[in-house]
This record gives sequence, structure tokens and C-alpha cells, in this order.
Amino acid sequence: MRLLPLTAVILAALAACSADKPPSSDAGTDAPSSDAATELVVYTSRNEQLLKPLFDRYTEETGVKITYLTDKAPPLMERLKAEGSRSKADVFITVDAGNLWQATNMDLLQPVDSQRLRDNIPENLRDPENRWFGLSVRARTIIHDPAEAPADTLSTYEDLADPKWKGKLCLRTSNSVYNQSLIATMMASLGAEKTEEVVRGWVANLAAPPMASDNEVIDAIAAGRCAVGISNTYYLGRALRKDEALPVTVFWPNQAEGERGVHVNVSGAGVTRHAPHPQAAREFIEWLSDGDAQELFAGENLEYPANPKIATDPLIKAWGDYRQDLINVSQAGAMQADAVKLMDRAGYR
Amino acid sequence: MPAIAEPFTASPAAAASGGARHARALPVPRGWTWLAVALTLPSLIPLGATLAALARPESETLQHLWQYVLPQVAGNTAWLLLGVGAGSAILGTALAALVALCEFPGRRWFAWLLVLPLAMPGYVLAVAFIGLFDYGAPFTAWLREHAAWQLPDIRSRAGLIAVMTLALYPYVYLVAREAFASQGARALEAARALGMGPWRAFFRASLPMARPWIAGGTLLVMMETLADFGAVSAFNYDTFTTAIYKAWFALFSTDTALQIAAVLLVAVLVLVGLETASRRRQSFVSVGHAKAPRLQTGRRGWWATTLCALVLVVALGLPLSQLGWQALAHLDDLDPRYFASLRNALSLSAMAAALTTAAAFVIALAAREQPGMLTTTATRISTLGYGLPGALLAIGLYVPVARFSTWLAETRGWDVPLEGGLVLLLVAYGIRFLAVAHAPVAGGLLRVRPRLLEASRSMGVTGARQLRVVHWPLLRGSFATAGLLVLVDTMKEMPITLMMRPFGWDTLATRVFELTNEGEYARAALPSLAIALAGLIPVIALTRRGRDAA
Repeated sequence: MRLLPLTAVILAALAACSADKPPSSDAGTDAPSSDAATELVVYTSRNEQLLKPLFDRYTEETGVKITYLTDKAPPLMERLKAEGSRSKADVFITVDAGNLWQATNMDLLQPVDSQRLRDNIPENLRDPENRWFGLSVRARTIIHDPAEAPADTLSTYEDLADPKWKGKLCLRTSNSVYNQSLIATMMASLGAEKTEEVVRGWVANLAAPPMASDNEVIDAIAAGRCAVGISNTYYLGRALRKDEALPVTVFWPNQAEGERGVHVNVSGAGVTRHAPHPQAAREFIEWLSDGDAQELFAGENLEYPANPKIATDPLIKAWGDYRQDLINVSQAGAMQADAVKLMDRAGYR
Repeated sequence: MPAIAEPFTASPAAAASGGARHARALPVPRGWTWLAVALTLPSLIPLGATLAALARPESETLQHLWQYVLPQVAGNTAWLLLGVGAGSAILGTALAALVALCEFPGRRWFAWLLVLPLAMPGYVLAVAFIGLFDYGAPFTAWLREHAAWQLPDIRSRAGLIAVMTLALYPYVYLVAREAFASQGARALEAARALGMGPWRAFFRASLPMARPWIAGGTLLVMMETLADFGAVSAFNYDTFTTAIYKAWFALFSTDTALQIAAVLLVAVLVLVGLETASRRRQSFVSVGHAKAPRLQTGRRGWWATTLCALVLVVALGLPLSQLGWQALAHLDDLDPRYFASLRNALSLSAMAAALTTAAAFVIALAAREQPGMLTTTATRISTLGYGLPGALLAIGLYVPVARFSTWLAETRGWDVPLEGGLVLLLVAYGIRFLAVAHAPVAGGLLRVRPRLLEASRSMGVTGARQLRVVHWPLLRGSFATAGLLVLVDTMKEMPITLMMRPFGWDTLATRVFELTNEGEYARAALPSLAIALAGLIPVIALTRRGRDAA
């Protein structure tokens, strides 16, 4: 019988299962307090390439080992919720205020009382109840080809709905959480009716069907298919790092007196509701909000550090300063579902 | 399922319709039925979770989707199903017929090379094709500049259908080739002896006899199309699956997501029903292999060579070179963790393949030896999982199991971590891919002729010994096909692996996710390429083995 390989495979599976004891639990046996973990478990939807160096650095500095699990934010949240009190996760790190808001809405995060975090992270970039803290800022702004759409013809997000941009606008799909947050904050400032009008105007101006990623929008502008679009700045930063000659640059909209400023979103972190090591988890997030970690965060991925004391990457600095929309980002989360419905109604795919 | 003609039957039509209804084979104990039923129980968890959501309608969200999203989505999904189903059926059948029935230059090579696109994940192919043919791509830009010709937009319905057809046709090709090779050639010969021309003989004799296989393969393709998320979202093409994700990820309503999934399951049931109905009045019994000479095509054979080569270049050559070229720029990403990811991907896939094929065999055997309501239902249920989007199947299984564990811990004080281990992950793969393994195994079982079982019984060969000396040698090929399909599918699988993998079990697919999730498509080329290449190894190994046997 040639079932030998099969048997071996099954045995291997069983062996692997038993060897697969989840980490943490009794990791801190020789530590003074039960909470002084030498191991933390992080659930994250962030780019592993980006986080791994941070985790390694933290382990180097403090001796705390970090185990992590990656997935999209919504499945991670379902997982946290289902695991309940038995969850091994200590820290949840994700992008987008909508996701962070939903995590608090599902009661997956606990409040953290930390002076250091309050000092490091501006108020509009953290949860009003201190259940999550922004770690990096991502500006979602207008990008354009200066030859096709000179800066003096641009002004606001709303202006992109003007018929003068007919056939010149490229947008990413409304399925993108970044667009959902953008529209949600726009609704908070302009109201639903005006916002829907703007979105309809955008759709009427599209040069091509909505695209799957910001990268495609940048490529489309570079290729001359459209003149103007909306993108997170770090996508453009990455594209420029690859090809300096790319004829695409940023424009900071809504900067005039009385305007609300550039829409910003965050990536952020919180301590999970049932964290086995809440103390260690808090210390880790504090470390992420400071010095080296912030520099690494922003430098590696070309985002803006959430901590205003930290300098931005030179490539980004060249785009100049801008005024942010100071609306608390968690408001975007609360209105995200409404924003999605608005875009559906307006025919923005 | 399908048929293999009596080697010396003069009329293939008679063999197709009249094959002996097989006698009940006694030595298999009734226990098989119960074992089969037990194996379908895990599938009931996500299916149950899906149906249970119907009892909790969130009227506002549902009404919004009903009014603004679902009508368009239904049309889109129908077109996609039709396009990819028809495209894969035609392309897969045509290539299979050429390779199995005709002799042309390079045929022996193409026979196995044409299986290889199977290793290419749909989402990778989609991203690669957009990269190759988008408006700003070098080739398109060159055409525009030098030939003053603008390629039609790749990011369109037709573009998506073409890409998904290229990714999925091997499901039809693989089974249809076996059907043509085992009986089609013989039928063709017989029909030609009756004075038919080659084309007429093919359409009147070979094709009808291969139909059950083609239908089975096409059904798999359509289920895969229904459940696909990666390729459709790369094209920003809204289907039922994207509506499910919209409800879950953007409107934060898992219940609504599950409700839309219930609609999806109905669509799958309709597809399965259609496929069953299409061969209800046919009874097929295998009577063994018979070799017939292939049609000599002479110089016209070069046309066949050209077609096969073209398919290979487009489905495999172009995307692989695109990935390779992009991966070169990020070779410094290649760290030791890649090898761990590769090892994890291979061992998970191998385990999933072995276990799923074994489960499919038990279910198919029970259905054949002890036909009845119970086994029929078990078969249906066990194959439904293939129509569910992976992420939904993952929460449909993980959440109830984890809640049960928590309940055990909180009320009984029993700490039984049922979730988060390898077992649950493998069970999830099994639920998802049982349909894929079932088709070839059930087809292969037809090769175990009732007369053979009677003969072996009369010689005192029964029970496990019969399985070993009678079934195993005849089924080896089908097991290999089933295992191969599950293995490659598991390797490409992303959402289930992401949600259910234990700590430390990162695979190549999870690495692709980690990079594409934040838009690093070019850097994701390296792990994508690794998936495709790792998938090629078993495909080559198994299909080459098949070639040697042929």
C-alpha cells in the first residue's frame, strides 16, 4: 500500500499542532511581575515589511519579543471578538480611522491612560476616550500633472466636480477605505446633500472607470490619460523614489482662509480589551509614538509622523507644509457607512 | 459521473446511453455512509452560519444594497459567469481535443505544458495583465505612439473575462483531456469507420461522450468565478462577492454579508442542479482504457501548434516574465523567511491535498456503494463550500468555533483552544476544496467496474484488501489529479490562510497579501512568482507522470 506518505503527512500535521502552542501565556515566568511580559502578541493589518524592522528594534532595545499575525482589519476584528477573553492578542495595529473606530465600536480596545501618549500624539489623531492612538498621518490630497493642470487652476476637492475637469479626473474605487474616510469627513463639514452633489460631479468628470489602487491613478496621470486625481501622498512618494522624473506632484487643497484643510487619515494602535499583558502593551505603543520608532515609521513608508516633534522625510518635505483638516479622525469612522451609501447613490463605483 | 466506452462497442452512442447500471457491491460496510455524513459535518458550520444570518435581517443596510448595489451586481455576476464559463469550456475542450485526438508538432509537450497555468493565482494574473496592458503600460503606449492605435481598455468586462478564462481553463482542460484520451479517440475512430468526416465525428461521437467531464470542469470554473474576490477587485468589477465585502468591510454588517452569501449559495445550488440534470438520463460505466491512433493532421497541424503556443505565451509566458522582471528589482527582499514561507505553503498544501482527497474518496465511495438520500445530500453539502468566498467561509467557521471554545472556557472552565490550530485550518481548506477533489475521484470510481468487484469477491478479496488491490491501482490517477488540484488551490488560497493560520504559519500567499494590502504591487511580484513556481513543481511532476503512463 502506498498510503505511507499520506500517513506521514497526517502525523506531521498532528505533531505540528501539538508543537504549535500559542506564545505568551507563561512566557514571563522569571520576570518580577506577572505583567512584565517578555513576549507581546500583535494583530495587525499593516505592511509586514514596514513593521518587522520596528518589532526587531524594540526587541533589541527591551528584550520583549513580538509575535504578530497579519490580516485585513475586519477579519482581525472578528477574530478578536470571537476569541473574547481567551485572546492572546495584546496590541491591535491597523490603518484608517474607520477601522479604528469600528474596533472601539465592537469594544475590542481598552482605554490607556498615558501622559506620554497624550504628549506625543495630537488630540485630533487619537480616540477621544484614549482607546487608540494615531501613529502616522496619511494625507489624502490632490495630485496633478503640472503641465496639464497647473496649480493655479486647482483649489479644493469640491472644485474637481466643476465641469472644467470633464474627462480629466482619475479616481480610485469607492471601495477604498481611504475614499470612504475622505467622503465621511466631507459630509461632516459640508453636509450630505452638498457632498453628494460633489461626488456626482466627480463621477461625471472621470476620464476612466474608477481604478483599483492609488498607484494606478498616479500611473494614469503620468501616462497622460488624465490630468488630476486624488491619492495618499506616500503612494506618490514611493513612485517618485522609483522614478524622479515622474510628471506628477501634490497640490494641497482647501488651504484658503475659512477652508477646512487637507483630509488626513491615520494608522494607529490600541491595547486590546482582553490583553494578557496590558502594561507591556502600553509601553510598546508609547515607544511607537516616540523618537526612533516614529522616524522609522515615517521614513520607511514616507508617511507623516503622528508625533509633531519628529521631522518628515526630505522627499516629503519638498512638497511643503499644509494645514490639516482638524476634525477628529474618529468622526470619519462613525460616518463611514453613510459615506459608502452616499457614494453608491451617486453612482461612484 | 462519466463514462468510458467499452473498447469494442461498435456504436459509441449505445455505450454512452446504455452502459450497464452497476450492481450493488456488497463488501463495503454501511459504515461508509456514516463516515461520509460525519465528514460533511464541518461544512455545515459555515453553511449554517450563513443561513442563520437570514434570520437577522438588518433592513436598512439590506434595503440600501437592494436598491443601489445588487441589481448592477447581479447583472455583472451573470455576465462574468457566462463569459468565463463559456470561455473556459470552449478553450479547455478545444485544447484537450487537439492534444488527445490529433497528432501535431509539439503535441507531447503541450499535453502537459497546457496544465501549467493552473499554478497561476487569478489575482496575480489579473494584476500582471493590468500592468502589461493598462493605458500607461510600455506596450500600449508604444502602440499608441507608433501605430496610432489605442488598445481597448483592459480594465473592462471583456478584459476580466479573458484573464479569468486564462486562469481557469485548465480545470476543464485537465478533465476533458482525460475523457478524450480514454474514450474519445476510440469513439472518433468508430464514428469515422461509419463514414463520418473528422469534424462531424468529433461533434457527434467524441464530444457527447466527454460532455459530463466538460460539464463537471465548467461547474468548478463557475463556482470559482462566483467566489473570486482577488481578480474582480483588481479590475474594480463589482460582483456578489464584492457586495459581500462591501457589506462587511465598509458597512460593518457581517450579517448582511452572510445574507448576500446565502443568495450566492442558491446560485451555486442552481449551477449544481443544472449540471446534474444535464446528465440525468445518462449512465456511464468505465470499461477500461483503449488506445486508438490519433488523427493525423499533416501540415495543418501547425495551426494547432500555433494555437497551443499562443495560449501558453499569453497565460503563462507574459505574466511570468512580467513578474520576473518586477521581482528582479526587489531581490534584496529575499530573506530566510521566504524559505520558511515556502516550506509552510508546501506542507500546508500537501496536508490539505492528502486529507481532502481522502475525504472526497470516502464521500464518493459511499455515494456509489450505498446510494440514497443521505449520501446524495452529503455529497451536495460537502461540495457547496467551493462557492463561498474564502473570507466568509473563514469567519463562518472560525467565529462559531472560537465562540464555542470561549463558552467552554467560561462556563465549564475547560481550556480547549479549538481555533487557532492547524487542525481547524486544514478543516477549512477541506470544506473549501472538497468539490475540487470530488469531481475527479467520483469520475475515477467509475473505472472500478462492478464486474471487477464481483470477480474479486468471488476470489475472496474483500474489505480493506479489496480497496488496496482493486480500487487503489485503478484510482491512483484520479487521486493524483484530485490531490494536484487541491494542492495548487491551497497554495494560491489567501483569505482562509490569513484568518485561520496559527502563529508562525505565514505562507507565500500571506506575504503577497502583506505587500499588496498597502499597494506595494511591484514588491509583491517576488512572492507571487514564488507561488506560481512552487505550484509548477507538483503540476509538472504529476502531469509528466501522466504523460509517461499514456
